[in-house]
Order: sequence, then structure tokens, then C-alpha cells
Amino acid sequence: MPGRTLFEKIWNRHVVTGDDPALLFVDLHLVHEVTSPQAFSGLDFNGRKVRRPELTVATIDHAIPTVDRHVMIRDPQSRKQVDTLRQNCARHGITLFDLDDPRQGIVHVVGPENGFTQPGMVIVCGDSHTSTHGAFGALAFGIGTTEVEHVLATQTIWQRRPKTMAVEVDGELPLGVAAKDMILGILATIGVRGGTGHVIEYRGEAVRGLSMEERMTVCNMSIEGGARAGMIAPDDTTFAYLEGRPHAPKGAAWERALDDWRSITTDPDATFDEVTRVSAPSLIPHVSWGTNPGQTVAVSDVVPSPDHFDDPLERDSAARALEYMDLRPGTPITDIPIDHVFVGSCTNGRISDLREAARVVEGRKVRDGVSAVIVPGSMQVKAQAEKEGLDRIFRDAGFSWRDAGCSSCLAMNPDVIPAGERCASTSNRNYEGRQGRGARTHLVSPAMAAAAAINGHFVDVRDWR
Amino acid sequence: MRPVRVVQGTMVPLPRADIDTDQIIPKQFLTRIERTGYGEFLFWDWSRDGGGAPVDGFFTNDPARRGAKVLVAGDNFGCGSSREHAVWAIQDWGFEAVVAPSFADIFKGNSYQSGLLPVELPAETVTELMMAADDPNAIVTVDLERQIVICGDLQASFEIDPTVRDRLLKGLDAIGLTMEHEAAISAYEAQRPEWLPRSVTE
Ligand code: SF4
Repeated sequence: MPGRTLFEKIWNRHVVTGDDPALLFVDLHLVHEVTSPQAFSGLDFNGRKVRRPELTVATIDHAIPTVDRHVMIRDPQSRKQVDTLRQNCARHGITLFDLDDPRQGIVHVVGPENGFTQPGMVIVCGDSHTSTHGAFGALAFGIGTTEVEHVLATQTIWQRRPKTMAVEVDGELPLGVAAKDMILGILATIGVRGGTGHVIEYRGEAVRGLSMEERMTVCNMSIEGGARAGMIAPDDTTFAYLEGRPHAPKGAAWERALDDWRSITTDPDATFDEVTRVSAPSLIPHVSWGTNPGQTVAVSDVVPSPDHFDDPLERDSAARALEYMDLRPGTPITDIPIDHVFVGSCTNGRISDLREAARVVEGRKVRDGVSAVIVPGSMQVKAQAEKEGLDRIFRDAGFSWRDAGCSSCLAMNPDVIPAGERCASTSNRNYEGRQGRGARTHLVSPAMAAAAAINGHFVDVRDWR
Repeated sequence: MRPVRVVQGTMVPLPRADIDTDQIIPKQFLTRIERTGYGEFLFWDWSRDGGGAPVDGFFTNDPARRGAKVLVAGDNFGCGSSREHAVWAIQDWGFEAVVAPSFADIFKGNSYQSGLLPVELPAETVTELMMAADDPNAIVTVDLERQIVICGDLQASFEIDPTVRDRLLKGLDAIGLTMEHEAAISAYEAQRPEWLPRSVTE
């Protein structure tokens, strides 16, 4: 039998029936307030039940305020949406990490940190960044609301078999270059459509060298390359992260699980439909200049000119992006002034991200006129950061220290960036209006965002100190 | 879901690539818990200026474009967030099909689920169609049964997943179809490894 990839092994063992499309069993269904209400009302309308409530976990993250949230959610529609999720979970017996639950946080942060996300699983959520969970060697992808209803009712999902793509990141990541820079560099190579129809497996020495949280950052942005899922083979780093987490297997079951997880990695003789190579030693801190996540350059670079692009559509899109971003070609990236800094999101809102940012900030002050905000990815991340005194470092420097949620990543809550203002953001999307109508987003790593907060413009963190 | 067979009507050209779902329906409209009523917010940030006044020349404000049934757009239409609200907004405005050289995966899946027809045609054909669509009265026919698009002299066939096509043509409910495999699902459940996580212990 020819060798099989990690993806193929997981796919094959989840097929309930059919071939292409196949009906796949879903091991874990994550739910949040924004993409689920219509799914639950669909169920109710047809008198259907949730088939496996115990394989379903819900959290509240997208539209909630990050200050004074226990008082009340002011926006009546958001409040109603949150209440609707509460009612739906209560009625169907689904565990909900509510606002007063110490486990509450962004859906792609809380799944892993509570040990729900494990190697070999199929995980879905009505959210495109479900790809994050692939960091554990799971097949995890975003679905729409009608599919959410389908998974609630049947615990399965119909899928066409995607193609496979290997992204080999050779060599070692240089000092001062973050996992975020790795994925931004990969996106600059494959483009925002390069992964369409594919599942990516990130491989190579540099990927092996990443911590679990860094792997999540990389897999998180697979969707920004058009791929619905990204994955990394489970290894000792994965197992060390998982061991002892609340929902990870224990005792003899842990040993059995380990044996199984070791067997699902890609066979040496397996082949991928496509292979892309990226050299880690040549990666540098990236900053996005445009309005899609493929439009990035190195921090040492300048804003590109539309003439730079051969493809007329790319040229067009670059010209539009420059206009929206109010940037002139040739401007050094380090000359771009910043009004806002947002450290958070499911890409970079974990404890190691906050530690990275704190290292840069410690003993310094946020530049006058810059509004800088830290939004931990979950309340557990927040608690851990406070235990380590990171909150003090941030507060002393002039950062605002918030409760967990998606916040300015998509600005569905009050954390909206005003029109015309510029934000250095550790999130994943720099689309027009993403952080607020007319707001200008520059995607960067947590260290780069923190350094921009201190300086009021971008700086190369490799030169820091 | 209502069956989809033939979509016939006028077009709206939107000659941009990588149109993301944040543009199609911005986040401030996602707090609603209903499935309908998103049409008036379609492409909101392009359709309204900062003060909320209609932007002249954008199709949603152009009476001549009212009633159009087919949106013609650039590559990678519907990329970004998985929000199905994007599909609902497009349908609610009145479109029944979108023609583009390519679609983002999740958007395409969501369209199938809600009975919006995503039609992939070669880039040159889409460009031709876009030129034809400059005339707000030009009529296009998208025939799912025959898998062809016809507009004046232009005639192009398109590919679509046969299972999806069948389901769209019959307007079948996916959950009902899946539950015909209930025995297979139960059998699968019976042999899952015991270590897999559960949120509540029964
Ligand atoms: S943090 Fe941003 S990208 Fe992540 S789930 Fe929330 S809104 Fe989506």
C-alpha cells in the first residue's frame, strides 16, 4: 500500500459512508454566538434534537465587550444573540463557557487549552479560523450555519475530498522572527488563493521547532491562504502540551492514545498534490501594507508600487489597497505612524504571545497619542498573565488590560478602530473595514505590535535593545 | 430549500477579485438571529458613505439594477470569514446566482446549502459576461439542468458537483438525506476510541 499523509489517515478513519463526497464523523463541534442562532432555530423548526451534545462545546466570544461586561452587554441585539445562545445550550444540554465561567474565551483558544483539541480528530466550527486546531494534527475546518445545523442534528458532515499541499519550511527560524512572520511569509509565497481546495500540512525543521502556541498561530491563518485546513503532525511537543489538560485522556487511556497518535503522521513515502518550500533562515518580521493578508512586506522594505505587479487584477487590487490604506509607494515601512495597537485574537492572544509583547514593553511607555490594548484570548490566559505579572508591565506602560474576546479583530463589539486611523494588529485579517469602517489595519506579530506601540511607528524588533 | 433549475434575469457586474465576506456583509449586521433581512445591508461599506448616505453609482443604489438576478464578479469571490450571512444577504437582495472565475471554498459550500448558485466559468468568459452586464437590461440564463450559461451569442458550459446539482434541482433537505444513513452513523459511533473528549460525562 502506498504511503499516506496525516490528512488521508484522519480522513479515512472518519468516513461513515460514501467516498467523494464522504460523510465524515465529527469528534468535536465548537459553537459561538454569531453563527449558531439560525442553526438552532432550524433544528427547532423541524423538531430535531442535538445528536451528541457531549461532543459539542459553546463559548461566547465574538460580540462581547472587553470592559464592564458583567454589568450588561449594552448593544441590545448582541445581548439578545448571547441570550439566544444561552437558551439554546440550556435546552439542548450543551456545555457553554458563559461570561462568568473562568474557561470563557475565543473559541480557538479555549478548545486547545482545555484539552478538547487532540490529534487525529475531526473538528468543525461555524468559523473559518477553525484551522487553528490543525496544529495538533487534527483535521479542523470552518463551516457555514446550515452545516452547523447539520452537524448538530447528525454529528456528521458531507465533504468533498480536498487536495493536499505540503508547505516545507526548511532550516531554522532566526532570532526575533515569530511564527506570525512565518505564516505571513508563507502567505506572501502562496498568495491568498494558493491553498484553495487544499489541506495544508506544514512540515520541515522550522515547523518542528515551533511550540504548540506558535503552531496554532501558523495553522490559524491557513484560511488566509484559501485553505480550509492546515495541519502539523503531532509529536512530543504536542503530547507535552496536552498531558494533564482537563479533557485530555488520563492513565491507561493516555498511553493508548499516544500509541495511536504516533501512528497517524505522514508516511515517508506518501506524496502530496502540491509542495511549496519556504526557507526559514530568510524570513524576516513582516508587516502587511494592503487589504488582504497576502499583501505584506518585510519591515525593512518599502510600500510597493502597483506597477510592481504583473497581473492586471493584482495591480488593480494593490492600487485600491494603497488608496484605502492611504500609503504612498516607496514609503519605508518603519516610517508608517501608528494610532492604535491591538494585541489579541485567536492568532496571537495566547500566553506566549503576551509574554513576547511584555518582553518588548517592560520598563517602557506607550508613545503619546497611541491607544494600545491587550485582549487576552481567554480568561485562563488572562489569569495566567496576571499570575506572571504581565498585566502590571502592560498597565505601567500605558496599555489597557481587557477581558477575553475577539474584540478589535473583527470589531463586532465596542472596540472599533475609528475611520482613517491606523492599527498595528496581531490579528489575521486586514480587509477593508475589518476593524471598523475606514480603519487601516497592519498585521504583525505581538513583538512587532508592542514595539510599534512604544515607538509610534513600526520598528524592526530584531534591532530591539 | 426551494429547488433551483433555471435562473434567468439581468446581471450586475462587480469587476473585483478577492471580494471577501466582510465586504459582502459587514460585521455590524451579524448580531441578528434571523436568516432573512440582510439584503438592504449588502456591500454596505461600498454602498453607503461614512455618514450613511447612498454612494452614487454603486449598483445597490441604481434603480436600473433593481431586480437583477445574477452577480458577475472576479476571482476568489467570498473569501474570508465563514459567515453564511454573506449568502443570505446576496439572496435577500434578489440574486439567485453568482458567476465568477473561482470561489472561496466555504462560500461555495454555503451557497449550495442555501440554494444560491455559484457558477465557475473561465476568466475570459466572465470578462465577456461582465462587458455584456454593463447593459442593465441584458438577460442571462443560467441553466443548472443543462449546466450552461447563455447570454446573447455567448454560451458556456460549467461544471458542478453532481451530488450537489441533484440536491439543488430537487431542493432536498440535507439533514433528511443524511439521516437515511442513521444505521451507519450509529455503527461508527459504537467503535470510536474511548479516550476521545466529551464535554459532559454521562
Ligand atoms: S479572534 Fe478574530 S478571527 Fe479569531 S475567532 Fe474571533 S473574530 Fe474570528
